Amino acid sequence: MTRRVVILGGGTGGTLVANRLRRKFDSHDLAITVVDQDDEHVYQPGLLFVPFGLAHSEDIVRPRHRQLHDDIEFVEAAIDRVEIDSNRVHLIGGAVLPYDVLVVATGATLLPEETEGLTGPGWMEKVFTFYSPEGAAALAPALSAFEGGSIVVNVVDMPIKCPVAPLEFCFLADWYFHERGIRDKVELTYVTPLDGAFTKPAASRALAGMLADKNIELVTEFNTGEVDGAGGRLVSYDEREIRFDLAVIVPLHGGAAYVGRSPGLGDDLGFVPTDDRTLQADAAANVFVIGDAANVPASKAGSVTHFEGETVVDNIVRHLAGEPLVGGFDGHANCFIETGFHKALLIDFNYDTEPLPGHYPTALGLPLLKESRLNHLGKLLFQSVYWHGLLPGRDIPGIGAAMPTAGKQPVAVREERA
Amino acid sequence: MITMSIASTEVEQNDEGFFVHPEQWTEDMAPELARREGIDPLTDAHWTVLRFMRAEYFDKGTGPTVRVLGKSSGVSVKELYQLFPKGPAKVAARIAGIPKPRGCI
Repeated sequence: MTRRVVILGGGTGGTLVANRLRRKFDSHDLAITVVDQDDEHVYQPGLLFVPFGLAHSEDIVRPRHRQLHDDIEFVEAAIDRVEIDSNRVHLIGGAVLPYDVLVVATGATLLPEETEGLTGPGWMEKVFTFYSPEGAAALAPALSAFEGGSIVVNVVDMPIKCPVAPLEFCFLADWYFHERGIRDKVELTYVTPLDGAFTKPAASRALAGMLADKNIELVTEFNTGEVDGAGGRLVSYDEREIRFDLAVIVPLHGGAAYVGRSPGLGDDLGFVPTDDRTLQADAAANVFVIGDAANVPASKAGSVTHFEGETVVDNIVRHLAGEPLVGGFDGHANCFIETGFHKALLIDFNYDTEPLPGHYPTALGLPLLKESRLNHLGKLLFQSVYWHGLLPGRDIPGIGAAMPTAGKQPVAVREERA
Repeated sequence: MITMSIASTEVEQNDEGFFVHPEQWTEDMAPELARREGIDPLTDAHWTVLRFMRAEYFDKGTGPTVRVLGKSSGVSVKELYQLFPKGPAKVAARIAGIPKPRGCI
């Protein structure tokens, strides 16, 4: 009997799960359908480079269906809701997809309209985001026309995709205005709701030091209540104000809208409560979650999604065979952090181990928590690995799912501040 | 870890002032905990938030973030900051006797 897997979302997680499953089962045993509302797969790490003219939107977008192996059905449609109890997905327009196993891979959605004033006067004129292809493209001419004044980079609230990206934006902006010879005319300020530059203590200290070295002001514990584009002000809920001539905002994130329309599937923010080791949804035994859509306490990042893939596929296989699941996922994340001037930092961590100095994946590998040209090259080369290794679901040498410890140096760490 | 006497009862707190054992908390401790945060008196609106925080903690294993409070507690984020000016999630968690909400990764 042919069983049916329906995968919601044709991004990083949905694509790699579909391709890995296709290798394990032939189409008589398992029908695989991927649903997405459009056919544009964005290489999201590339968005960071677009505002600085280092990449163009069209270079980082490819058709979703072309990333899927043969014998995987691609349905381009928006999702209305999932009925967990009857194992059915309802699409907008009325079509219904029954499933034996459902994979939720619809990522996170930007919610700029949830912050007062953010999409009001000045939006896409002096208030931007680089988290969408349109926003990143609109920011490029605004930066190149910028001749001096204050730029604020603001994270409205956690969680966000790629928590290091706004810091990278600051570092690249520092480099960009140096190159243009007007760095002394530009004030850069990083404004975060966190109590430090980053969420993990050792990396937070290293990154705060880099901000200071690059003369980027750090404002912490700022909870943005209003963005006043016309007046050029960020206003916090506790009534602090920060003035700007140009603002780069990372808006609130939530889960995909259909999650909220699917009884029992999501939490208050539309993310899907998920076992952080097995990646099975709390809602039902035959629902699995990969990537930013899950509420697991890991970074919302492509590397995490990649490392989750192995566990999700293993557990779908086990579920179909009636075997117990494995708690294989360790929370592994691995992030290149562009620091400007052709250098980058690399951090590698999981649920239990914070980012440590040393080398990745072994003592002879890339330097960790330290700027180097090699890491910058690694970041640039990764785009090719993404399209040709990661999405097709190949194992990538040296980038295993479990966090490696061989090259790491333990450091004295204060109590973790979550 | 610090042992404190609150409302004549010994409780354990961590060095950031969060309860280590939420079950040690009783409602009569809240006014004294609130005064330490500069909040006096505790109004009905404060109590709405405190009860919601505890219910969420025992249901989900972590206290809610400000954003979740604003969406689900019936009190808007603006009002939350009026009630707990120094940061609703952390301050209300301390007064409600639950660990620090793990909002951010």
